[in-house]
Amino acid sequence: MATDPSRIKKVMFVNRKAPYGTIYALESLEVVLITATFDQDVSLVFLDDGVYELLKGQDTKGIGIKNHSKTYRALDGYDVEKLYVERESLEARGLSEDQLLVDVEVLSSAEMGRLMAEQDVVLSF
Amino acid sequence: MLHIVNKSPSQSRTLESCLRLAQPGSAVLLIEDGVYAATKGNADASALHAACGRLQVYALQPDCDARGIGPLLADGITLVDYGGFVDLVAQRATTHSWL
Repeated sequence: MATDPSRIKKVMFVNRKAPYGTIYALESLEVVLITATFDQDVSLVFLDDGVYELLKGQDTKGIGIKNHSKTYRALDGYDVEKLYVERESLEARGLSEDQLLVDVEVLSSAEMGRLMAEQDVVLSF
Repeated sequence: MLHIVNKSPSQSRTLESCLRLAQPGSAVLLIEDGVYAATKGNADASALHAACGRLQVYALQPDCDARGIGPLLADGITLVDYGGFVDLVAQRATTHSWL
């Protein structure tokens, strides 16, 4: 059943933590998937250490924690296609877009700030 | 837009990231340990004090009082009580509670 367009909100998830030191990154993914189920206009933003969540080649066998990085590649199956990474956060960590495991749009801080201000709901992780 | 920051700038880079993204004319409300950024001479908060012209900067008075920093407030920062906190949220279309 299609969702009434007037009930669709723009919901942004702001991810600012590295993937395995805390549970935030995994919790964010879970809430993203739930929100997508309700046909909302979901976008994911990666800032600061959050950009490490998208780094290619994660292998968690040695630490006994589930490798949730593969889930990012499954997001478009849930119609979650808006992934944004802040250029300044990448550069500050010596990273570039081709080292990320999914297609993203790289935005400047100012562009990201404008996008954030357009949202109905912003959730921080 | 309203940005809410609850971490001390000396402990976390949340405020710094918030200031990088905050658009001119938006509001920043400091709560909990975030209020330490409102103190005069805090080297970790100089970017906030410099941004007081382009942003509206508020600090939650009960949190300032609890920490004894009322007399240390930098210029350009407006104190609000809990009712003022609610007003700020209600006035703005979007709120981001930075974590």
